[in-house]
Amino acid sequence: MTDTTAGQRTRRRLSFEWLGVAPFIIFAVLFLMLPTLYLVGAAFIGRDGQFTLENIAGLFTDQIIAAYWISIRISGASAILGALVGLAIALAIIRGRLPEGLRAAVMTFSGVASNFAGVPLAFAFISTLGRLGLVTVILKFIGIDLYKSGFNLLSFWGLTLTYLYFQIPLMILIIAPAVDGLKKEWSEAAAILGASPWQFWRYVGLPILWPSFLGTLSLLFANAFGAIATAYALTGSSLNIVPILLYAQIRGDALQNPGLGAALALGMILITATANIIYLVISARAERWMK
Amino acid sequence: MKPNKFWSWLVFGLGAAYFIIPLVATFMFSLSMRRGYYSFDSYASVFSDPRFQATFGYSAVIGLFSIVVGILVVVPAVYFVRLRLPWLRPAVEFITLMPLIIPAIVLVYGYIRLYNSSSIIPFTGSALGTDILLTCAYVTLALPYMYRAVDTGMRTIDIQTLTEAAQIAGANTAQIIGRIILPNILVAVLSGAFLTFAIVIGEFTIASLLNRPAFGPYLQNIGANRAYEPAALAIISFIITWGAMGMINVLGRFAPRTSARTD
Repeated sequence: MTDTTAGQRTRRRLSFEWLGVAPFIIFAVLFLMLPTLYLVGAAFIGRDGQFTLENIAGLFTDQIIAAYWISIRISGASAILGALVGLAIALAIIRGRLPEGLRAAVMTFSGVASNFAGVPLAFAFISTLGRLGLVTVILKFIGIDLYKSGFNLLSFWGLTLTYLYFQIPLMILIIAPAVDGLKKEWSEAAAILGASPWQFWRYVGLPILWPSFLGTLSLLFANAFGAIATAYALTGSSLNIVPILLYAQIRGDALQNPGLGAALALGMILITATANIIYLVISARAERWMK
Repeated sequence: MKPNKFWSWLVFGLGAAYFIIPLVATFMFSLSMRRGYYSFDSYASVFSDPRFQATFGYSAVIGLFSIVVGILVVVPAVYFVRLRLPWLRPAVEFITLMPLIIPAIVLVYGYIRLYNSSSIIPFTGSALGTDILLTCAYVTLALPYMYRAVDTGMRTIDIQTLTEAAQIAGANTAQIIGRIILPNILVAVLSGAFLTFAIVIGEFTIASLLNRPAFGPYLQNIGANRAYEPAALAIISFIITWGAMGMINVLGRFAPRTSARTD
């Protein structure tokens, strides 16, 4: 170092900087950007190699629209229910005057459960609420026949109930800092001014939590929309949701048109991207309250 | 005051029931392979299955490689962006969020079409190439978590002072990152590593579509063909996830508590 001039040193440091960041950038280009851009491009190219909108138009068939619709409904239902229940549990453990240790236990469990998804989660729910599942059998024993009363694990509500197992913990993990942000002084100030607890939540607490709530809701939606392993292990290919349709297309060209497959993928990206952009915009606004 | 506490307990109790009943039911189910009394037969059956050992070993090895590649890709990038290229930060953060926006199944579809055996980089042309592609796919999946863990770790240490001190002592850049920075953020890097492992070990979609003999596709296959083994595998997976997350919690207690220079 001692015998190099200042100019050389700057140049060398600059090249080192870029050498350090280069693997990350090359990696992002190869494994994130190029594959995505390739699919977006392929969605607009027909069998003859020319530009076409036919693939996009091809999405508007009964089967594909039905697949998108049931995917959106399952993601929406599991996101809304997950967000509401997760918020309720977060409020209960943080502001509900429950014993101290409970909060740490719930947060740790949430970290585990939010990562306990995929195939094993499907197994757990089959063992619990499947036709021979333990809860199904016990309920039958005491005279409640779940499956005769219309419940089916391999259905809209069955899948939603299963997704909640990772959606609720994810909500708890993300919303807890926002609930912590509700300062004790605010509820004391409201109480001194004569507000009832109900009025405090109606006019102070919930309006402050609202942006975080909405933001996390869209994150949960995207989370469920892209998930496939749980649904596939649970229902095989009997439930016609978009990721399973795309899986069948990749496996064996089920739609018999690679361009249509790319259009299907493009539709998924657009929907999850919209949900995530809503999340980013709303959470940027919500952070104002965290200070 | 009273009603507040009652509702809190009610919400907590219902939530606890929803989360605990499936675990208990799965555990009981996994014990009932033999008619009439409880036994660990299903676990014995799982552990003695050579495919269980082979696929679990395969996924564990891929997981370890993903962790190593993830660290090599993320740590230098975070270091230089924090130290010298702060203007690059928004772009880097956006890139690390992309795997949350683009579903894994879409990414792997892109890989299969882009890197097929007749392309410039024919990853899927050979078994080794596909293993490398699978590793890179997992690094991508874990990127948001690895980046956040490393970035948080570097925020808590004073990398500027450490770097200057090391330069004065005559260290080169590789030495600074490998022998000064990395040991100081080891706890953060390890929590990123355990999270990567938890994501990778049972991953189904990508491994299945790339046709690799990984643990996730094996799980799915057992689920479609056996009755009691899936329950045992669900419990085993839950314990593995719990172990990985537990390690992160334990490590968190050893994290350094110095703070960065604020000038």
